[in-house]
Amino acid sequence: MTTRLIGEPVERREDERLLTGRARFIDDVHLSDMLHAAVLRSPHAKARFTRIDARAALALPGVQAVITHEDLGAANMPMPLLNEDPGFIHPRTHRALAPGQVRFVGEAVALVVADSRYLAEDALDLIEVDYAPGAAAVDLVAAAAPGGPLVHDDTDSNVACRTADNTGDIESAFAAADFVLREELRPERGAAQPMETRGVVARYDASLDTITIWDTTQAPVSARGVIADKLGLSEAAVTVIAPDVGGGFGVKIFLVYPEELLIPFAARLLDRPVKWIEDRREHFIGSNHERLMVHRIEVAATRDGRILGIKDRFLYDSGAYCPYGPINAQCAQAILPGPYKIPAVHTEYEAVYTNTPVVSPYRGAGQPHGNFVTEAAMNHVARALGLDAAEIRRRNLVRPEDCPWDSGRIFQGNTPFIHRDSDYPLQLAKAVDALDYAGVKRGQPAEREQGIFRGAGIAFFVEGTGISPYEGVEVRVEPTGHVHVATGFPSQGQGHHTTLTQIVAETLAVAPEQVVVESGRSDRFAWGVGTFASRAAVVGGSAALGAAKAVRAKALDLASEELEVAPEDLVLADGAVHVKGAPQMAVTLAALAYAANPINTLQAGAEPGLRAADYYRSPDGAIASGVHGAVVVVDIATGMVEIETYVVVHDCGVMINPTIVEGQILGGTAQGIGGAFYEKLRFDEDGQPLVTTFMDYLIPTAMEIPPIEIHHMESRCSLNPLGVKGVGEGGAIPAAAAFAGAVEDALEPFGATVRAVPLDPPAILAMIEGRAES
Amino acid sequence: MADHGHPVRVTINGEAHERSVEPRLLLSDFIRHEARLTGTHVGCEHGVCGACTVLLEGAPVRSCLMFAVQADGASIETVESLADGETLHPLQEAFRREHGLQCGYCTPGILMTLKPFLAANPAPSDTEIRQALSGNLCRCTGYQQIVAAVRRAAAMLRGEEP
Repeated sequence: MTTRLIGEPVERREDERLLTGRARFIDDVHLSDMLHAAVLRSPHAKARFTRIDARAALALPGVQAVITHEDLGAANMPMPLLNEDPGFIHPRTHRALAPGQVRFVGEAVALVVADSRYLAEDALDLIEVDYAPGAAAVDLVAAAAPGGPLVHDDTDSNVACRTADNTGDIESAFAAADFVLREELRPERGAAQPMETRGVVARYDASLDTITIWDTTQAPVSARGVIADKLGLSEAAVTVIAPDVGGGFGVKIFLVYPEELLIPFAARLLDRPVKWIEDRREHFIGSNHERLMVHRIEVAATRDGRILGIKDRFLYDSGAYCPYGPINAQCAQAILPGPYKIPAVHTEYEAVYTNTPVVSPYRGAGQPHGNFVTEAAMNHVARALGLDAAEIRRRNLVRPEDCPWDSGRIFQGNTPFIHRDSDYPLQLAKAVDALDYAGVKRGQPAEREQGIFRGAGIAFFVEGTGISPYEGVEVRVEPTGHVHVATGFPSQGQGHHTTLTQIVAETLAVAPEQVVVESGRSDRFAWGVGTFASRAAVVGGSAALGAAKAVRAKALDLASEELEVAPEDLVLADGAVHVKGAPQMAVTLAALAYAANPINTLQAGAEPGLRAADYYRSPDGAIASGVHGAVVVVDIATGMVEIETYVVVHDCGVMINPTIVEGQILGGTAQGIGGAFYEKLRFDEDGQPLVTTFMDYLIPTAMEIPPIEIHHMESRCSLNPLGVKGVGEGGAIPAAAAFAGAVEDALEPFGATVRAVPLDPPAILAMIEGRAES
Repeated sequence: MADHGHPVRVTINGEAHERSVEPRLLLSDFIRHEARLTGTHVGCEHGVCGACTVLLEGAPVRSCLMFAVQADGASIETVESLADGETLHPLQEAFRREHGLQCGYCTPGILMTLKPFLAANPAPSDTEIRQALSGNLCRCTGYQQIVAAVRRAAAMLRGEEP
C-alpha cells in the first residue's frame, strides 16, 4: 500500500549518526600525510604594507610553506560580484590574500602550512609585515559622510551603492496625512555564529590534475565554479563536498572565502592534503557579519491610524567589501510594507564601506531589519494617535479578499512581492487570543500601582521564501531496489535528507529506508545554487517531487510493457507496480530498474535507467507569514526583562514534516531573541573588534529562551506543486520587534521608546530614567 | 604532532590509549586527533560552548580547557560510549524522538553533560533541566525540543516509558 509521508512528523534519518558520534564534520576529515594551515590576519583596520618577511617562520622545523599574495598570481584576482545592483557606484570585492593593503582587522594576509596546527599557529607569530596603519572608517554614519577616511583609496566616497525604489504616489500620501512620524531606527551589528566554525580540507591528485575539497559551505556547486576558475582548472577537475555541517544560517555561503581558495591552492602547490579549521576568534573577525543599518523614516498616517505612506532613507553597513552587493538592503526595502496595505512607499539606501568585516546575509538577510523598522513604526504611530498596537495593525492589514495583493515591491531574486494564500487578520486574532493580550492590558493599571511593569508586544512578519534561481534533484531507482536521490544543495541541520525522503518515498510508494539521499557533493549532482533564503523545501522539494513523478511515469510505462497492461490500469505500491485489483500481477521497481539497463536494446534518442532529474524555479517565490507575540515583565531596578509568554502564529503552507517545521521556528526565534537582547558586535574607534569570544558575544542559553507556543496555520501555497512556503527564517525575523513592543508597553508610564536593538539592561534603565532613548 | 616526550596514558571508553605528546596539547585534540574519536566536537576552545564536554572520572569537563597531560591516568567517557552496539542510549533515543538536535554539532557535549545529571537527578523539573543545559550552547534548536528530550529520557531511564 502507499503510505502517506508528506505531512507526517517522521523521525529524522540524519540523527543516528549524529547522536552516536559517527557523523563526519569538517575537522573529522582525516587524510594520510595531511598538513595543517593557519591564516595570518591583519591586526589593523586600515594599513598598507610592502613586505612580508616569512624567513623566521620558514626556518621553524615543521613549517612547509608560507603563501602570500605574490605566490597566488592570477588566483588572487578579485572575487566575483554576485549581485549587480543598478545603483552601484564603486563595487569592490575581496581577494584571497590582501595585496599590499588591508581593510579590516581579520583580513587574510598570508597562509602558513605546517605539520600541525599548533606549529602553523606558532609560525604566524614569526611573520613580520611592515604595516603602515592609516585612519579607519568605522562608524557607519560617519563613514557615509564626505570627508572622512576612505576604505578604498581609489574611490571618492565610501558609498558603494545608492538605490531608490518608489511604490505609489509618496508626495500625495504625505500631503494627505493628519500625522507624520519621524524617527531613526537602528538594528545593530551581530553575527550568525553557528556552533561549528568554518573549515576546508583539500587533496590534490597530481596524476589526474584534480582537486577534492571538503568545505563547510552552503553552496558547494557554486563554490566549485569560483574555485575552478581561480585555480585555472576545469570545473570537472574540482569536486566540492559539503560534509556534515554544524549550522550555517547564511555565514557559510560566500563565493568564496579566502580559505576556500587558499587551501586547495596550497594542497596543489605542496602536493599534500591540507586542512584548515577556523577557531572561534577567527570566526568573529574572519567570517562575515550582519545586521547594522540606520533607518531614518517618515510615516504618513490618518487620524484613525491608516498608514498612507512610508519614506525610509537608510544606511547599510557593507563592511570592507561588497561582493554580495547590497543584498540585505534590497531585502529590507522589499519587505518594508510588511503585511500592510500601504499605498505609497519610498525607500532609498546607501550601502557604505567601513573598515570592518564583510557583511552578508544572516538568517533573514535584511528582513529582520526592515521588519523591525515597520513594526516599531506601527507601535509608535499607534501611541502618538492614542490607538492600540493590535488595532492599528488590524486596520492596515491586507485581507484575504484583497488577494492577490501586489505590494509593488521587488524581492531578492527579482521576485515580485505579491500577497496571497494567507489570512493575516486571522493570524492576528489567534496571536492576540493566545497571548491574552486584552487580559494583559486590563491588568496593567493595577499592576503598575504595585510596581509591576508588564507589557505585551506583537509583531507581524512576511517573508520572501523559495526565491530564484533554481535547484535540481535526480531520482534514480537502482537494480538493488534502493532509490538514490542526489541534489546540489546541502544541509546544515535542516533535515533535508528526511524531507526529501518523505517526498520521494511517498511519490514512488517505497519504504523510506530504501531511499538514499546524497546532497552537497558536486560529483554526485552538479547543478543548483545553494541552501539559503528559506528556499530548500520550496525549490528543492518541488524539484524532488518533479523528478520522482517522472520516475513514476517511467516505471508505469516499463511495467506496462512487462505486464502487457495499460499504464492507467497500474498502480505503485510497496516498491512495485501492480495491476489494479490484481496485486499478484506485479513487477518490482528493482526489476524494472534492471530491465531499464538497455545493454543491447537502446533505441536512438532513449535514455537508459529508471531515473529522472527535474529542475525547479519558482518565479513568484512563496510568501510565508505570521505573528509573534510576547508578554514581558521589566524589573525597573535592574533593567532585566523576564519573558513570561511567547507565542508564534505562522503559516508556512503545507508542512512536509511538522516536527522539523517546529524546530526551525523554535531555533529561529531563539536567534531572534539573541538579537533582541544579547548579541552585539562592537568595535573601537580604530576598528579593533571588542567582541571576539562567547564571553562577550552572548548567545542565549536554555535559561534565557522561554517556552514558545506555536500555532500552525497551513494555507496551501498556490505557486508550487507541494503547496509549501519556506520556514527557515520566519522565526528570526520578527522577534526583535515583538520584544521592542512588549518592553515599550511595559514601560509606557516612563514614555519609553525603543529605537534600537539589542535591548540590554543599561539601555532599558536609560529609558526608565529618561536619560535617553535606547 | 612531534614527539616531545611527555607520556599520557588514559582510558577512553574502556580502551587504553598511550601517547607521547607536547604538554600544550589540549585534551580535546588528544581525543579527536590522537585517539581518533571525533564524536567530541570543539566549538569555541575557550570553555563557553560546552560542545567538547566529556566525562573525566564520571564528571563532565570541558576537554578544550584541559591539557592531555593533565588527564594522565584518568578514565574518560565520550559520546561514542553511550550506545550499546546498535541500541541507542535512552538519551540518544529520546533526542531522536523529540527532534532534540538539528545540525548535531553541540549534541555530543549536551549528551555527556546530561548523563551524570540524570543519574543524580532522575526526575528533574523543566527548570532544573534548563539549568543543567545552561552551560551548553545550541544555535539551532532554541532548546525547547532538547528540554522535551531530556524529560523523555528521564522517564525512559526511570522505566516509565519504553
